[in-house]
Amino acid sequence: ITELCGAKRVGYFGPTQFYVALKLIAAAQSGLPVRIESIKCELPLPRFMMSKNDSEVRFGNSAELHGSKVPIPYLTTEKNSFKRMDDEEKQQETQSPTKSPLASPPSSPPHYQRVPLNHGYSKLRSGTEQMHPAPYEGRQPLVQSEVSSSGGPGAKPLRHQASLIRSFSVERELQDNNSSYPDEPWRITEEQREYYVNQFRSLQPDPSSFISGSVAKNFFTKSKLSIPELSYIWELSDADCDGALTLPEFCAAFHLIVARKNGYPLPEGLPPTLQPEYLQAAFPKPKWECALFDSYSESVPTNQQARELNRTEKTSVKDMTDFPVPTQDVTGDDKQVLKSTLNEVLPKDVPEDPVIPKDSNSLKARPRSRSYSSTSIEEAMKRGEDPPTPPPRPQKTHSRASSLDLNKVFQPSVPAPALPPRPCPSQSEQVSEAELPPQLNRAPSQAAESSPAKKDIPYSQPPSKPIRRKLRPESQPTESQEPSTAVGGPASGTSVKPHPTVQKQSSKQKKAIQTAIRKNKEANAVLARLNSELQQQLKEVHQERIALENQLEQLRPVTVL
Amino acid sequence: MAQIAVIAKENYPLYIRSTPMENELKFHYMVHTSLDVVDEKISAMGKALVDQRELYLGLLYPTEDYKVYGYVTNSKVKFVMVVDSSNTALRDNEIRSMFRKLHNSYTDVMCNPFYNPGDRIQSRAFDNMVTSMMIQVC
Repeated sequence: ITELCGAKRVGYFGPTQFYVALKLIAAAQSGLPVRIESIKCELPLPRFMMSKNDSEVRFGNSAELHGSKVPIPYLTTEKNSFKRMDDEEKQQETQSPTKSPLASPPSSPPHYQRVPLNHGYSKLRSGTEQMHPAPYEGRQPLVQSEVSSSGGPGAKPLRHQASLIRSFSVERELQDNNSSYPDEPWRITEEQREYYVNQFRSLQPDPSSFISGSVAKNFFTKSKLSIPELSYIWELSDADCDGALTLPEFCAAFHLIVARKNGYPLPEGLPPTLQPEYLQAAFPKPKWECALFDSYSESVPTNQQARELNRTEKTSVKDMTDFPVPTQDVTGDDKQVLKSTLNEVLPKDVPEDPVIPKDSNSLKARPRSRSYSSTSIEEAMKRGEDPPTPPPRPQKTHSRASSLDLNKVFQPSVPAPALPPRPCPSQSEQVSEAELPPQLNRAPSQAAESSPAKKDIPYSQPPSKPIRRKLRPESQPTESQEPSTAVGGPASGTSVKPHPTVQKQSSKQKKAIQTAIRKNKEANAVLARLNSELQQQLKEVHQERIALENQLEQLRPVTVL
Repeated sequence: MAQIAVIAKENYPLYIRSTPMENELKFHYMVHTSLDVVDEKISAMGKALVDQRELYLGLLYPTEDYKVYGYVTNSKVKFVMVVDSSNTALRDNEIRSMFRKLHNSYTDVMCNPFYNPGDRIQSRAFDNMVTSMMIQVC
């Protein structure tokens, strides 16, 4: 049986092999000869003396029942659909040659086949790495649907298979909503999609605009892949080669990175399921929750078998889409793998543990929804943790803080005695933070002090930014010192008592907002001045460069000769 | 088609590809010598605004076996193409279109934020395009 189901050849029991083996066991137990054809007929469930957990038994059940039922009504030949799937799968095959567990499903379409057809099919597939000369059997819906969605390679002799495959794909399409196609690692599941969208939003708030190249570069470099690989991934995903990523392009790139980190080789070309048009069509709105629950409602039909079937489908979906290491057969691990891959890829410490125990019961429909909702919690947590990672998009408060900090930094150096609280180095940050609003305020001290309490939270996050900006003001001391000295007086006065005003904060919200507005305006003015000065410097440098190039040009004819 | 080379502004090669049967060393030498001709043509253009016509430098010089064509971009990146003299089917327009394709592919490579200008070009898409061009010519 091991040899028949192909496990011997591949060296392990992937889900395909496992299901085939189960079917063969059932056949053997019912007295039928252990051959591929024996799986065609309806078989009773295999009886296992040892204690098996419910999942495996159920797999055997659903696999057999479904497998035996489905092929019979759909034995019509449809070449067109087959051809279409051929191309699809062929492309897919070339793209992911080393995904052996998934490769066995594609080779398995020759189930329910007469042997010559299988051989023909296998010959066709000899071009790919997945060479399975022995025909595969006992298709389970999962594998079949995978095959169907991925298309069946090997053209002419496999019309029957094609029709079967197509029927399975249709069936699966009915059952699955859209995203949970288990056919390949290049499909993005709902969870992943939602995660990518959140990441996109963290880099670029508007989902319909672009992420610039440098922003994306910084972000993807965090994934610790090598630069040539990242370069190749970019090449694949930036379809219009404009140097920026739209949301679908970003999702594709992210997905490729995740796949690569899980050991999948990068495809030669962008897989069809990662094309931007496909992604945009498949996921029009980030209403992933609705989609998930819809798919659940669909996957819970009336009869138990179908439900079990769907469960197995879903678990195997998870299996496939989690880029499983070949040893992974237990579906309970699926979610863990998915989460762990996501977490591992990104440098975020999302507590995975609360999610995993829930995932272990992923076979039941309800725990499944729970695990999905826990995914949402996880996403929310990740989202909540987004601010700590330095997003390229500077937030207003931070930039304000940094620019104000500049002013603050110089003050101690110039009129030291005039600002008693500030010179303390240990308190310089907090004090400066507390003084930032009042500094630019020139308003009643109450309003100024109310805002520091509010702003302390965002200020605490990028402590590095004020430090970094301190270097810049040194090149332009005069500009920043003037306004800082002007506000030195009121600032020192207000900085003395930051605490009493906290109590009045609630009543001074409006003034705080006005303060913030004024602060923003001041910050803008400062930045504009900075900008103009830098532009001036840039022009000068340009002129120098042009002069040097001219000199070089004049000198060059002398040397070339 | 014998060889295609992409030379950076500072005259070091970014990408060189030749058909296998050729003598690579000889080809490298030819490209190197042709750079002089390219520079001469560029400097001869003077301060004129570059347009499409001037990007294509045309036949740089013919040797006994080969013809060398040149093309320079606005950022002074040079494309050099060496073709068999026996391949008389190649017309000037075809060479122009090939250079245009090269330029487009090069631009795509540039758009990749992970590509640092001055690195060797390792883009697979660029490789594929060059291979297809060489096959088309040979």
